Amino acid sequence: MGVNFQRLDGRGTYDYRKITITFGIDRGCCHVQIGDTRVMAQVSCEVTTPKQTRPNEGLLYVNAELSPMAAPHFEAGRPSQQGVELGRCLERCLKESRCIDTESLCIMSGMKVWAIRVDVHVLNHDGNLIDACSMAAITALTHFRRPDVTVSGEEVTILSVEDQDPIALGVHHMPICVSFAFFHQGKYLLVDPNEMEERVMDGKMVIGMNKHRELVTLQLTGSMLLHKDQVLRCTQIASTKVQEMTKLIEEALKNDVHERATGGQFGSASSQDPSHVTSHVTTEKTMEEVDTEALRELARETVLKGRETDRESPGMTRAPDITLLGKQTGRIGEGGLSSWDVEDIEESEEDDVEMIADTNVKVVRETSHISKCLGIDSSEDSEEDVTETLAAHHLGVHESSRGASGDTTIDLTTALNQQKRPAPGRERGKVKR
Amino acid sequence: MKIPLPPGNKMSSSSKSQQLKGKMHLLSQADGSCSLSVGQTAFMAAVYGPREVKMNKEKVDKAVIEFMYRPKVGQSGCGERFWETLVGNTCETAILCSLHPRKSVGIIVQELQNSGSQLACCINAAFLALLDACVPVRYMVAATCCIITEGSTEPILSPTAVQEENAIAHMTFAFDSVDHNVVCSHTTGCFSEDQFQLCLEVCRKANKQVFDFYREALRERLSGSMIEC
Repeated sequence: MGVNFQRLDGRGTYDYRKITITFGIDRGCCHVQIGDTRVMAQVSCEVTTPKQTRPNEGLLYVNAELSPMAAPHFEAGRPSQQGVELGRCLERCLKESRCIDTESLCIMSGMKVWAIRVDVHVLNHDGNLIDACSMAAITALTHFRRPDVTVSGEEVTILSVEDQDPIALGVHHMPICVSFAFFHQGKYLLVDPNEMEERVMDGKMVIGMNKHRELVTLQLTGSMLLHKDQVLRCTQIASTKVQEMTKLIEEALKNDVHERATGGQFGSASSQDPSHVTSHVTTEKTMEEVDTEALRELARETVLKGRETDRESPGMTRAPDITLLGKQTGRIGEGGLSSWDVEDIEESEEDDVEMIADTNVKVVRETSHISKCLGIDSSEDSEEDVTETLAAHHLGVHESSRGASGDTTIDLTTALNQQKRPAPGRERGKVKR
Repeated sequence: MKIPLPPGNKMSSSSKSQQLKGKMHLLSQADGSCSLSVGQTAFMAAVYGPREVKMNKEKVDKAVIEFMYRPKVGQSGCGERFWETLVGNTCETAILCSLHPRKSVGIIVQELQNSGSQLACCINAAFLALLDACVPVRYMVAATCCIITEGSTEPILSPTAVQEENAIAHMTFAFDSVDHNVVCSHTTGCFSEDQFQLCLEVCRKANKQVFDFYREALRERLSGSMIEC
């Protein structure tokens, strides 16, 4: 068959990759690494009203999202199929197994309860996300401490962390998921598949279990069938794996308690191993002190200079660089004369007729505007009537009388004179054709 | 949502930046990645690209910068969107976008721990990841922040969360590595013109250390990849 019974990374069939559990500075923050797969979970809490049907039970939300950071094909927004599967699996593992004592989260029956929320962020996807997420979530829940409350009558006071030590959640048991990948229609099985193995597997089974060998969830995906003996065998393997992982979590939690008590190094900042080749840490010596006094003078000078320029030229400090181009010049690029009128005399003759009509319309419109501006003889007649009688030489007069104020409007006299030549209106003629 | 306050939240001395720690190329999937911590604040950033872009976002003459900020707790809201625009634009000024038309550069920043100086750390992490991904840039960009407290004339550099709570004004500046000009400025609170200029100069001075850190980190990163080869 040519099967070497060897995994790409040299692991045995039932071997997990190296598992690392670290904690953040905040309570309820846990990073889990399985090989190159990285997951972070953060637990938070708030006071809300309970569900009508269960008035004296707190709430637990599990929110797992595939961050676009984890892999190039993960997208933010609408969760993908893989995202939904992960979320549902975690919910079944944590919520429906009732591993958290929700009744102890009740503050006032039917009025106020604690809502616990677990946010699971996938940071890097290298296979077996479900195992990493379930481990991170349950470890974070165990690590979390909620603030204490006092109730007097109807009034609930949340005590600050400084006043009263925060309280741990009641964790009945720690369910952990173990994934199995199947190949050749269930003939071969692997524990903890990495991303490459996940891509070629036929199917996958996820078993959620706690250290007391109690099955919490079992999920089979993919297009294959399994013999019941194989399912039983998998649960046997899962139970030993869960024992090992629980031990690992308990050890990590114990270490963290010790570090916090003795004031040692903990948190995500301290977990960056400076011995790693690609990591860099500034030493205390390199972070120099900044001499504020010397800079104070510099800052003062800048402010004064700024005020001076303001006084010299109030409003605008610098004239804008605008060059006025001549009339009828192109506005694209550098400017200059229109280069649109390529010599094409034969066709231009028929166009001229159209153009004259065009310019006439323009003249009418233009004159009505001018007469309005100058306030000439619009006495009794309507503006349209006046414009009809105006001739080209009238326009010339009006134009000149407007003098310097004439801005961007077309110089109509020249426009009319140029009618014989295929001049600026030419472009319009061309477009029409 | 409430997270009980961390116990160890030391004060930083006024005229000194907090210790920087960084690790580059730590995610296997991303083209460039880093985790950066300033004091106790920590961020992780990943960069994908230049890669293909969705049709509706495509720009024909330059690359699109897609910046995403992911908070630790809950969904990203209005404040996060604002940051995304702010940091995204800051990165866009530095990246030579026109070299990669019809492409996108995706930058994702994940908050790992917030203990003050958040925006500055976010910008620095994003840029360190860009350097790791070898995205061509005009110049490097680094940010420093400081606060002004009541009754004190000395601005405090890279403050902790506790110090930020008592601040009357908070300023973050990003500078380029060539002329040390301001690329991005973000301020909150009340302050005078003098105070603003002073903070600007203090940050500009302190920021040079961040560039030194960039260079050192990049040198170690490149020597590391040589060994791996």
